[in-house]
Amino acid sequence: MKRRIATAFATLIVAAVAMPLLAQQDTQKEIERYRQLLADGNPAELLEMRGEALWKEKRGPKNVSLEQCDLGLGPGKVAGAYAQLPRYFKDTDRVMDAESRIVHCQIELQGLKREDLVKRPYSLSQGERQTDHEALTAYVVGVSRGAKVALPQSHVKEKESFLRGEKMFFFKGGPYDFACSTCHAVDGQRIRLQDLPNFQKADNAQRAFTTWPAYRVSQGAMRTMQWRLFDCFRQQRFPELTFLSQASVDLITYMGVKAQGGTMDSPAIKR
Amino acid sequence: MKTKYLIALSVSVLIAGCATMVSGPKAPSDAEIVAALKASFKETGPAKLDRLDQSDLQRACSIAAETGKDLDPKVRETLQSKALAAVKYPADGKYLGDWKRGEAIAQSGRGMQFSDAPNTVAGGNCYACHQVDKAEISHGNIGPTLWNYGKLRGNSEAIVKYTWARIWNSHGFNACANMPRFGDAGILTEAQIKDVMALLLDPESPVNK
Ligand code: HEC
Ligand code: HEC
Repeated sequence: MKRRIATAFATLIVAAVAMPLLAQQDTQKEIERYRQLLADGNPAELLEMRGEALWKEKRGPKNVSLEQCDLGLGPGKVAGAYAQLPRYFKDTDRVMDAESRIVHCQIELQGLKREDLVKRPYSLSQGERQTDHEALTAYVVGVSRGAKVALPQSHVKEKESFLRGEKMFFFKGGPYDFACSTCHAVDGQRIRLQDLPNFQKADNAQRAFTTWPAYRVSQGAMRTMQWRLFDCFRQQRFPELTFLSQASVDLITYMGVKAQGGTMDSPAIKR
Repeated sequence: MKTKYLIALSVSVLIAGCATMVSGPKAPSDAEIVAALKASFKETGPAKLDRLDQSDLQRACSIAAETGKDLDPKVRETLQSKALAAVKYPADGKYLGDWKRGEAIAQSGRGMQFSDAPNTVAGGNCYACHQVDKAEISHGNIGPTLWNYGKLRGNSEAIVKYTWARIWNSHGFNACANMPRFGDAGILTEAQIKDVMALLLDPESPVNK
């Protein structure tokens, strides 16, 4: 963890030396923030703790905790579950990712309302308190650290989710003619200075998949995988991706299968 | 009666059994993908759901990318000549604007996103993919370097028109090129394209120093 922050820090310093003045001042601020982080550790750890408390708290109309939530490994088994999601769930007859399942459990176990849970899943940038959804996701993924990515692909619906995700990954559309593959299917590509993982390569896919959700220093917030896709589709000039939609689940299935065998290390810390 | 019924039943159970055994995952059709996508997005700001209706070129290039197979040469030729034929050259015959404004356009990544405010002036975001002026080190590498573009190529009429057409619709030269159709898709105005042209071709532009 410390080493990763140090590497990011070094990259920033190198960038600062070569940048025009105005950008350099911004970078200076960024470096300050990284310094702070070095001292404090990954801020997502606090969010994991908040998420854990929330998970165990009796809440909602039914006044029960989420401890009996079945994330795919059976009720009450949270550790390692994230690394095997998305997967098929018999009770809903659907393939669901971690975030869909967390929302599902809040509805089924606690009696919370779906429309309330999906209204504003992500906090705004900079400073706004992170949402309960982000906290719960931080906890669920955090306890899968070290688990190997192993999405089941034996159920027909799991395979179909992968096949749809694959098609969606290469689907060019909109005024810019972009697909995910425009930015994520060639080795060594960069947008500005940001490296773009090539999902056709296992090591790239593993690095990307196992480090999301991630604390984004540039936003001062931890972001989830559903948010990552929402934001990439924005850059793709597509309409607004609906939280927990079929396309988001299918694309996460696609990326997860490409990342099989990787070791979960999330929430990570990123630019 | 009863036995006949039983036999019929067991036969249909058998058939059903075979059907489940045989039916593997179903590869989704193009129409199913478009339907699934449309159900997964909402219209926000300028970004409407019709952005998910693919053009012939978008569909052909998606399949080429997915299968790793090049376009059929005839299809490629048709798509490229159609794109080239639709390029609109400036009516006043002036191709070069102001390179300083061009630099600002090359830096800006705004425009056409669902999050953009209604009257956002779009940029070209050339630096996202290209090295342009060497002084800007924060540039991507999806496209080739454009450093010294005019110095290396001169500004003969052929080069000027080629560059205009490239920026207007890059698919005129390479059907599946990963560069947006800045003119064709209405991302940049004619005046903005002139400014970006100057950034690449004006001898005074820092790009040609
Ligand atoms: C126009 C370019 C573009 C398109 C199209 C695009 N992305 Fe991205 N993507 C990026 C950039 C830039 C980053 C890095 C962001 C950063 O570092 O801030 C990124 C990061 C990611 C990451 C996180 C990688 C990591 O290691 O942190 C994932 C996962 C991802 N994209 C998936 C997708 C998927 C799936 C699609 C299609 C729905 C897509 N992207 C479309 C530009 C794009
Ligand atoms: C999303 C990526 C992307 C963006 C944004 C982009 N380009 Fe490109 N550009 C490319 C790629 C890729 C090519 C190579 C196309 C090919 O394969 O034929 C290219 C090629 C070119 C060429 C032809 C180069 C040559 O050597 O003949 C010019 C000129 C050019 N771009 C100018 C621009 C300008 C000006 C802008 C901004 C207004 C811009 N590009 C924005 C990706 C991009």
